[in-house]
Amino acid sequence: MRLIKIFLMIYCSLSMLYDDAKAQIAVYGETVYTMAGDPIENGVVLVNDGLIEQIGTADNIRIPDGYQEYRAPVVTPGLIDSRSVVGLAGILNQEHDQDQLEMSDAFQPELRAIDAFNAREDLVKFILRKGITTVHTGHGPGALVSGQTMIVKTAGNTLEESLIDSTTAISVTLGAGIQGGYSTPGTRAKSVAMFRQHLIDGRVYAENRRSEDPPSRNLQKEVIADLLDGKINALIHVQRAQDIMTAIRLQREFGFHMILEGAAEAYLVMDEIKEAGIPVIIHPTMVRTWGETQNASFETAAMLKEAGIPVIFQSGYEGYVPKTRVALFEAAIAVANGLEPMDALRSLTIDAAYQFGIDDRVGSLEIGKDADLVLYTGDPFEYSTRAQAVIVDGNVVFELDSN
Amino acid sequence: MMMKRYIFLLVFFCVLWLPYSIAAQENIKVFSGAKIITATGDNFNDGVLIISNGVIESVGDRSQINIPSGAEVIDVTGKAIMPGLVDPHSHIGGGDGGDRSATLHPDVRILDSIDPRSDTIRRALSGGVTTANVMPGSGLLMSGQTVYIKLRPANTIEEMLVYVDEENEIYGGLKMANGTNPIGQSPAPGTRARSTAMVRNLFIRAQEYQQQMIDADGDAEQMPSRNLQMETLVEVLEGKRLVHNHTHRHDDILTAIRLADEFGYRMVLHHVTEAWKVADEIARSGYPASIIVLDSPGGKLEAEFLYYKTGRVLEEAGVDFGYHTDDSVTDSRLFLRSGAFGIREGMSREKAIESLTIANARMMDLEDRIGSLKNGKDADFIILSGDPFSVYTKVLQTWIDGSKVWDRDNPEDRKYATGGYNVIQRTSFSIHDYLNRRGN
Repeated sequence: MRLIKIFLMIYCSLSMLYDDAKAQIAVYGETVYTMAGDPIENGVVLVNDGLIEQIGTADNIRIPDGYQEYRAPVVTPGLIDSRSVVGLAGILNQEHDQDQLEMSDAFQPELRAIDAFNAREDLVKFILRKGITTVHTGHGPGALVSGQTMIVKTAGNTLEESLIDSTTAISVTLGAGIQGGYSTPGTRAKSVAMFRQHLIDGRVYAENRRSEDPPSRNLQKEVIADLLDGKINALIHVQRAQDIMTAIRLQREFGFHMILEGAAEAYLVMDEIKEAGIPVIIHPTMVRTWGETQNASFETAAMLKEAGIPVIFQSGYEGYVPKTRVALFEAAIAVANGLEPMDALRSLTIDAAYQFGIDDRVGSLEIGKDADLVLYTGDPFEYSTRAQAVIVDGNVVFELDSN
Repeated sequence: MMMKRYIFLLVFFCVLWLPYSIAAQENIKVFSGAKIITATGDNFNDGVLIISNGVIESVGDRSQINIPSGAEVIDVTGKAIMPGLVDPHSHIGGGDGGDRSATLHPDVRILDSIDPRSDTIRRALSGGVTTANVMPGSGLLMSGQTVYIKLRPANTIEEMLVYVDEENEIYGGLKMANGTNPIGQSPAPGTRARSTAMVRNLFIRAQEYQQQMIDADGDAEQMPSRNLQMETLVEVLEGKRLVHNHTHRHDDILTAIRLADEFGYRMVLHHVTEAWKVADEIARSGYPASIIVLDSPGGKLEAEFLYYKTGRVLEEAGVDFGYHTDDSVTDSRLFLRSGAFGIREGMSREKAIESLTIANARMMDLEDRIGSLKNGKDADFIILSGDPFSVYTKVLQTWIDGSKVWDRDNPEDRKYATGGYNVIQRTSFSIHDYLNRRGN
């Protein structure tokens, strides 16, 4: 008993220490992009206990005693990478660190991203240092349904510390993006037939599980039922225009929440995408243009935005070098090719948060939201600019060497 | 009296027209008002570049350059002009190289496989690349002979070649690789030491072949029978043909240096992921290094420690270095970005310019012809909308040998800069993606 008391005392003092580590911070920015209203010139953000405590112009905010001060030319909310596989895919690209695609079967919606995420993976910490504080990651494209995706902060040391949303979507691939290694599907039409049958079976399961005599649990069908009940999204990886239309056709038939991913030829079917009201996680702007992405354009993000289609950015999946891309860099090339910088910044922050339903916590600098901030040496999109500090949940998790 | 007057008028007009006709004949063009970055250390904020007959006539500050009357003057005020980019490691043109029947292919020429009409060449032009060392693919100890080409519109590969040595028919180097890249199933080597032994064996045969040639002393009867592999390696041993050596890990870089030192051939180190660990050793060796910039480290074991800082570290160590695209590994349209990423980590802007131009010309023995804006050199240059190292800057025009070969204002050209539907018609086989599927 006494031992337990001592243990509790130690635990309490340790947790107090941890709270102290979430120090009070004042961040000055020559320009602070809050993403909730106009940018603030000479702005200050006060951070306390992991949350944003106060925000405004330097003239109007008194810095309380004991707040650690940081200064930067530009401050934004922590950036959101809307689609990655980091943490499941590792830096070495060897069998033991590649968990983003299971090859035993092409349809495995029951595979959870949370069971495969390595929070300490180098690639996760790499994108963190570039200003990505939140990432939608998980199973990759390449199977009809490869598994689930989730949303995490990039700063944690365990899944539990990092997790924002455990089951965000199932990762679906249509078209020739399905890897050749599966016995089936082997064609576009077959993949759609398979998926429709699974959805029809899932609909029956969803109905039955609401009945007084629910069926025995089936992990696969539970996930499809969750999709049909609107609890999770279908993240559909397609590049060719005809496959985009197939995705829209499926969505109309079954009515699930859908996000398009990749969409290299989206500029050919913008009216249709807009009418369907579907957001697009655009392929990395710098994607290699061969195979399915042969017709990718640097200007697609700008064209989609112009057409009024929600567009957000991804680092995507890479099978070779570089092992991950950086969503901020991909957005920068879109900005250089016609996308308005503020639109790009919105896509990397509040628009992405809104699409994933996590805008109550992240995506903008507002009182009460998570204290996730990026401090830059200049224009975030310029080649020469570096993230000079990254703050996640009120902790300074990265600082540039002073040299 | 009248006659005299006519003659006077005739003479007068002739004199008046003389400079114009000469200017027109010699096809003189004057680019005036741009910031000119010469890559020889001089920059002119209000510069003039004069070209004629495909060659640079003069370059300098507007106040110091005489503009020939009658010459075509092109106002480029507010723009920047710099030398055409020289890419010392590219895979544009859809070519291939040695196959899997062996791992040593010094006899194989990429010349015999390039499509000069490939869209990938047009796309590289839109990024400002004017000369490229197009290499056979990876995965072999020696994958074959490379070609140095200018990316001018051409129906045949011969029209694109840039000769280092016309007499000896040298217009390229020899691609070699070490580290994990060439390792695989037999006939490939299974280990690093085996890789090196195989290369040493072949060079020793080549030394013997070379000795037989020397001993023959011009007597055709005494010459060894022709052997394409040996002939190429003798060119390497004689220093006529450069070795371009793919190498990533710090110890593999040192192995490449050890081999080149042993046989006395001239070599450029390529990719050099971990050069930052052995920068002083590279500097002492005197071999130049060509860096690849990737957005993140990893993707294969050799690239785990690939950082943007390599350029800065090599500059500090005094290594002669530059960047390459390895297109399609990185995109020729974004070649300037590689230099900008060096600047991002503290490399000088001056070096960034050199590392995309003249330094790379040196790595192809072409520094007397291309890579800087200097009187008498080829008129290969690009016109930019602004600072070469800003993400917002566009390549507006690309000129090769005094001809405009790409113009962003022309929609048929512009599409290569942006991409879009059916812009890249021929999706060329990518050797790197092939290798990836093999698990390399």
